[in-house]
Amino acid sequence: MSNQLRVALLHSVIRREEKLLLDAFTRLGGVEVTCLDDRKLAFDPASVASTLPYDAVLARSVSFSRGLYARYLFESRGLRCFNEAAVGALCGDKLRMSLALLEAGVPHPDLRIAFTEDSALEAANAMGYPVVMKPVVGSWGRLIARADDADAAESLLEHKAALGNYQHQIYYLQRYVDKGGRDIRSFVVGGRCIAAIARTSTHWRTNTARGATASNCPVSDELASISLQAARAVGGGMLAIDLFETDGGYLVNEVNDTMEFKNSIETTGIDIPLAMAEHVVEELRKRRAA
Amino acid sequence: MNACPVCGGGIKLPTNAVLSELLDCGECSSELEVISLAPVRFVEAPLEAEDWGE
Repeated sequence: MSNQLRVALLHSVIRREEKLLLDAFTRLGGVEVTCLDDRKLAFDPASVASTLPYDAVLARSVSFSRGLYARYLFESRGLRCFNEAAVGALCGDKLRMSLALLEAGVPHPDLRIAFTEDSALEAANAMGYPVVMKPVVGSWGRLIARADDADAAESLLEHKAALGNYQHQIYYLQRYVDKGGRDIRSFVVGGRCIAAIARTSTHWRTNTARGATASNCPVSDELASISLQAARAVGGGMLAIDLFETDGGYLVNEVNDTMEFKNSIETTGIDIPLAMAEHVVEELRKRRAA
Repeated sequence: MNACPVCGGGIKLPTNAVLSELLDCGECSSELEVISLAPVRFVEAPLEAEDWGE
């Protein structure tokens, strides 16, 4: 068996993150990387005899659905995916992710789930305002809304009911957490919390995709511990953990599977793409040695 | 120098460019995708879809 490792980088478009990962594998050496555009793939799932000339797939699709289903297909042929499809499935569905965090005892904001406008409004009233409504599938703060009172909640629920996708009628309601204008994003690679940033914004949504500014956040033992706990809860791998700071300690808001990091390298001084590439290689070497 | 398909402005391809890479036009700020390296061709980048993200 050749000592050279073969990694397929599954992508939609190639963003700065994917370019940085390609560069990291080049710097690391010993890895042949092939770019696979998820828009050009076609599979025959029944063809179990076919083989793909890779040792692993690094899933970096910006499309959640394509990235997830492609991973199921790759794994059905015995390919190791980073992160595993099961991890992507949990992280890509806020309800399933919340359940995984709660089952693992990870502190998480108070939450209600309902399936009709009426029951969602009742749940919001019972929980108390402000309430944050989130699509169960979605990212970058898209279509996340804060209702400050019952009138606003009623209007938002009416709008959600009118949206076409059935998933908008799975009402995911989170108690609003006053996070003091910032949240924390930590980066977990394998069994280590390698870096963290604080994201600050005058807007209540602190996604950097929405203009929040990032600054370095030293990784304390407490932050590392809860980040690793959250990562383990969803199956581990290379994950970005979003946390709120509260008087009672950290709350884990979300775990992100296909993490973005381009603005966090200089901010933290940590070579995040190199750490990711090293993790992939280390795991593959262990698999070969087993 | 290659032309932006939106504004016609000049775009210099990075030396290590790859297929599917996103680039911004320096003149009109359109986000473009590299769809061919030889010859160099760009199209407007796909619009964000509902399932895009992390």
